[in-house]
Amino acid sequence: MAKTALQFRHNGRDVAIFVDGGTNLLVALREGIGDMTPKFGCGQGGCGACSVLIDGELHLSCLTLAETVAGRSVETLDGIKDGPNLHPLQRAFAENFAAQCGYCTPGMLMAAKALLDRNPSPSRAEVVEAISGNICRCTGYEPIINAVLAAASGGRARA
Amino acid sequence: MPVTVRTFASTGEAAAALSSDRGARYLGGGTLVMRALNEGDISISTIVHASDRALTRIDAAGPRVTISAGVTFARILAERDLSFLHAPARSIGGPAVRNMGTVGGNLFAPNPYGDFTVALLALDAVVSVQGGLGSRAVPIEEFLQSRERQTDTLVLSVSCQKPASAEAFRYRKIARIKPKGGSVITLAAHLPMSSGRIVGARIALGSMAPTQIRARAAERALEGRSLDASTIGAAAAAAVEGTSPGDSALASAWYRREIVGVHLRRLLSGQE
Repeated sequence: MAKTALQFRHNGRDVAIFVDGGTNLLVALREGIGDMTPKFGCGQGGCGACSVLIDGELHLSCLTLAETVAGRSVETLDGIKDGPNLHPLQRAFAENFAAQCGYCTPGMLMAAKALLDRNPSPSRAEVVEAISGNICRCTGYEPIINAVLAAASGGRARA
Repeated sequence: MPVTVRTFASTGEAAAALSSDRGARYLGGGTLVMRALNEGDISISTIVHASDRALTRIDAAGPRVTISAGVTFARILAERDLSFLHAPARSIGGPAVRNMGTVGGNLFAPNPYGDFTVALLALDAVVSVQGGLGSRAVPIEEFLQSRERQTDTLVLSVSCQKPASAEAFRYRKIARIKPKGGSVITLAAHLPMSSGRIVGARIALGSMAPTQIRARAAERALEGRSLDASTIGAAAAAAVEGTSPGDSALASAWYRREIVGVHLRRLLSGQE
């Protein structure tokens, strides 16, 4: 079956790849572009490890038909750092021990970024809600919640 | 296995493509169809998608609301005029799923999903569908009873009357994981009141049968009565009648039958 040409914006850069019909965006990103930051977890929309931003909105790349992002902007964890400098959320995750095995971390960071982009000073309940679609089997979530709150307050501790 | 993806500008073309191809499935938000493809569902050979903006409209200004099939749950939550549907919309998935999942797709979501449809069933919604022979309006209960045969039709929109008050429409989802999780059971109640008595009671249940169902015995127990303790007790006792829940990893059929009356009592009593 013929492949389909697909063009979209990936972390601020225009990319063009070929995909098989029915390919999901996660496969297109990892195998087509080589961006390994979104992770394959469940393939069912249950774990959030593959979370990316599409036109600024949080989406699950494993459940997104690759062809539907033609002409749109896709942002992954690979694009959130500023040159050699970590994004404030990445720094807060490191400082608050919010990653253990790290497999959920890319999805957690993108879910947290989607929250802070529209609500720079969320409450604890809003952080919990924002990461409710992302499963972590290591941390017990508390360090992650604390890291997002720390990033939101510019590194200052928050109740 | 690669599939053919066909994108159409109009719903008419998409509906024609769906009805003419047994292996075609309509892609809304992707949370059902892409999941099936990821699991290797070889019954899907063609994905049909429509870019028609008519599929993303919300008309909620008047007493009767119409929500196009492609409207996401995130958009429902952003619409003040749809506040009566905020609880069911919020009970679905996490933020990413709510950004993707659509009202039309939820009509096809199997157990333990399809919570929004439970709310629509209690509100006596009408589903507008387009098949190969044109469009028609189908009462939601009839639609759900023939859901397996509806995959070759395109859902255009759902419409329902707004409840008269916040008290008149109630919703409750029981899940093991909060705030997100599949449904153990889901309940919705529409209780229109006239002179202090319930007229036109509707109780809808999710995960209590292969599709969302109405609890008709509980409705009969409420009809024409005031919402007092004895009426609520009678409705709760009747809640399990006519149900046929299944066993799943979330709960056994026995457990679902045991708790449905308990949660209907709490819903009708206004308990948290």
